[in-house]
Amino acid sequence: MQRITAIALVPLTVWLVASLVAVGAADHARTVDWIRSPAVAIALLLTIAALFHHAQLGLQVVIEDYVHPEGAKLAALIATKLLAVALATIAAFSVLKVALGS
Amino acid sequence: MRQPIMDRTRPLSPHLQVYRLPLPALLSISHRATGVVLAAGSLLFTYWLAAVAAGPEALAHAQALLGSIPGRVLLFAITFSLFYHLGNGIRHLFWDAGIGFELSTVHKSGIVVVVASVILTGVAWALGYVMR
Repeated sequence: MQRITAIALVPLTVWLVASLVAVGAADHARTVDWIRSPAVAIALLLTIAALFHHAQLGLQVVIEDYVHPEGAKLAALIATKLLAVALATIAAFSVLKVALGS
Repeated sequence: MRQPIMDRTRPLSPHLQVYRLPLPALLSISHRATGVVLAAGSLLFTYWLAAVAAGPEALAHAQALLGSIPGRVLLFAITFSLFYHLGNGIRHLFWDAGIGFELSTVHKSGIVVVVASVILTGVAWALGYVMR
């Protein structure tokens, strides 16, 4: 999955950076308009899914290589997994709230 | 007259003051370091999305925070990390496909990644300032 999410993130992050350059400093109304476009909302959700999965897998490798005490390693692995799921949920919920809200 | 071997002052090995990490090794550790920076950046991305969802005031607050000097330094570091990690990640994908393993190619593609990420970071920021 590290490779598959990497391949997905090549176009998605290029799109995201280009978009954030264009919309990052815009006011709230314009930002909401942007997210309300179905293509943008879907692309954001795909980016969120691929990004947090990729980040969690990458951090797992780093933790396994550098954190040696078993207890600390396990705690760090569990913490990054929970954090990745929590952040992905918050990010996806925010997109859906804006995209589907009245 | 020759000195006995033990009396000569010789550099210790590894001679840390002059030892340079070979370029491929430096780029490899940088891939991890930039990955960790980007994981931290994903926190900011989530914060920004949550601020948009929370409303105009929250977004204005987030923009003020991210637009401050420390915020910009952080965003700049994240931008560079993203382009570097992206470029070097593509390099890894080619290696996974068995392409580009010759030592000279490894060196060249590494230099291309560094130069490209510097240029792309500069372009992204220049456009960002032009478009605001």
